[in-house]
Amino acid sequence: MQEQKDIKRLRALIKRLKFNDYVFSLVGLICMMVAVVTLLGLFTDLLIDGMARLNYDFFTSFPSRRAAQAGILSAWVGSVLVLSVTAFVAVPMGVAAAIYLEEYAPKNLLTAIIEINVSNLAGVPSIIYGLLALGLFVYQLDLGQSILTAGLTLALLILPIVIVATRESLRTIPREIREAAYALGATRWQVISDHVIPYSKGGILTGVIIGMARAIGETAPIITIGALTFIAFLPPIPFTGDPGEPAVGMFDWLFSPFTVLPIQMFNWTSRPEAAFLINAAATGVVIIVMTLAMNALAIYLRYKIRKNIKW
Amino acid sequence: MELSEAQVKAAVPLKAEVNDLNFYYGKVQALKSINMPIAEKQVTALIGPSGCGKSTFLRCFNRMHDLYPNNRYEGEIVLHPDNTNIISRKVDPMEVRMRISMVFQKPNPFPKSIYENVAYGLRVRGMRNKRDLDAKVEEALRGAALWNEVKDRLKDMAFNLSGGQQQRLCIARALAIDPELVLFDEPTSALDPIATASIEELVTELKEKVTILIVTHNMQQAARVSVYTAYMYIGNLIEFGDTTSVFTNPKRKETEDYITGRFG
Repeated sequence: MQEQKDIKRLRALIKRLKFNDYVFSLVGLICMMVAVVTLLGLFTDLLIDGMARLNYDFFTSFPSRRAAQAGILSAWVGSVLVLSVTAFVAVPMGVAAAIYLEEYAPKNLLTAIIEINVSNLAGVPSIIYGLLALGLFVYQLDLGQSILTAGLTLALLILPIVIVATRESLRTIPREIREAAYALGATRWQVISDHVIPYSKGGILTGVIIGMARAIGETAPIITIGALTFIAFLPPIPFTGDPGEPAVGMFDWLFSPFTVLPIQMFNWTSRPEAAFLINAAATGVVIIVMTLAMNALAIYLRYKIRKNIKW
Repeated sequence: MELSEAQVKAAVPLKAEVNDLNFYYGKVQALKSINMPIAEKQVTALIGPSGCGKSTFLRCFNRMHDLYPNNRYEGEIVLHPDNTNIISRKVDPMEVRMRISMVFQKPNPFPKSIYENVAYGLRVRGMRNKRDLDAKVEEALRGAALWNEVKDRLKDMAFNLSGGQQQRLCIARALAIDPELVLFDEPTSALDPIATASIEELVTELKEKVTILIVTHNMQQAARVSVYTAYMYIGNLIEFGDTTSVFTNPKRKETEDYITGRFG
């Protein structure tokens, strides 16, 4: 009789506990749905609005006063060029800084302070970088409101992301592997160039691409440095030019005025005519697809490179 | 202890001599005034309970401790025939590691091909000639009794080998650089009994060519492979002598307690 009662109590307890379990899983599911459904809804909405304009002409036309003829040629070319400058600057600098911090820097208070601040830099609002760039690149160094300035600004912005990702990646290399290399008489640089960098390539690439995916959508710092919103020409192509005139230099495009996708989108959303909103939605779709594509590439590369590395 | 050490010193050619070696991890003294001869082209085993300092001692021989801050050596490890004190600050650790190679506890091949693993020590030395490299790699793999198993797949990734094969690959990697002394840090502790037997056999064969210092937690292993044995306990070298007498007729009570399994 006594035992019967115990079992009943036990079953009641389990029922109650299971109910709690169920409640939490429900709450978690709702929270997740809020995030995912909102995003998906937003994207679908953009897609439905912008679908009509997403055709070949949209990518090959300059902006125009007439919404139906306006395109994003100068914007996507600008984005690609600015991002190239960003990658060219941020990748070697970020990777070198991370390697120095992780492998060479003495472990002392100063290094610790630098490390903390590098992580903090990743959280600084991007408009602050814009102001810094306006003062430094545009006025002090006189680089103008150019592709170069924008590229350098975004490079500064994603530098902390690249540094943090690279360091994380360097740290996953087991001590035993480093010791094995040192034990064969390798110098520190040999260990880094033959082992540390090759084995952390996947993580570094992922960090770089995620940083670039962030840079592609940045608007505030680019507006601050004074990117134009209406550009109906492309940067000069190297070694071309009208006959009789000196040919365009190899790096002239760096100093050309430009616009980028998010600015073009921002410009169109601030127009009163509804037709331009369709263009803005279409541009939004392009930005989102580019960001997703870059993230997908990051995941793929990491998977592919990790497959060849095991310890 | 004094006697057997002196006997060894007098009777056989030495590869190295440890004189009054102290080692500190920061402020903690891990090795206390160690004196020991290492006979040339013989296997010397270091035994003792966990934490007794045997691995710390072994890692002094290729200056592995230099990789981490605040470590400090005192005393000498004199390497013959040139009488270089390899733990002196004046001697570059790279030079020491090019003469003395090491096999680690867990097989740690690089995530590269089998060939590149063996060739790496040679590449570090600037060897570029393909034919020389090929010859050296083959010689080292034969020396590690691995050649027949891998000769058709030298370009395969090293981590596709079994644990025992990986460890023999690490031995080949250590042999490829023609070391004068090879350090083994519990090389079989991560392996199954069959792989262990093959590594032990290999160690016994290798002493024809090279001097070997091996750390082991397994006393039967020390008895099987070594000619000389050192028993260590909390940073001290308690007893050193030829393996047979250390195991059958230990002079010190502590050694007897350990090898008869009363503790450790």
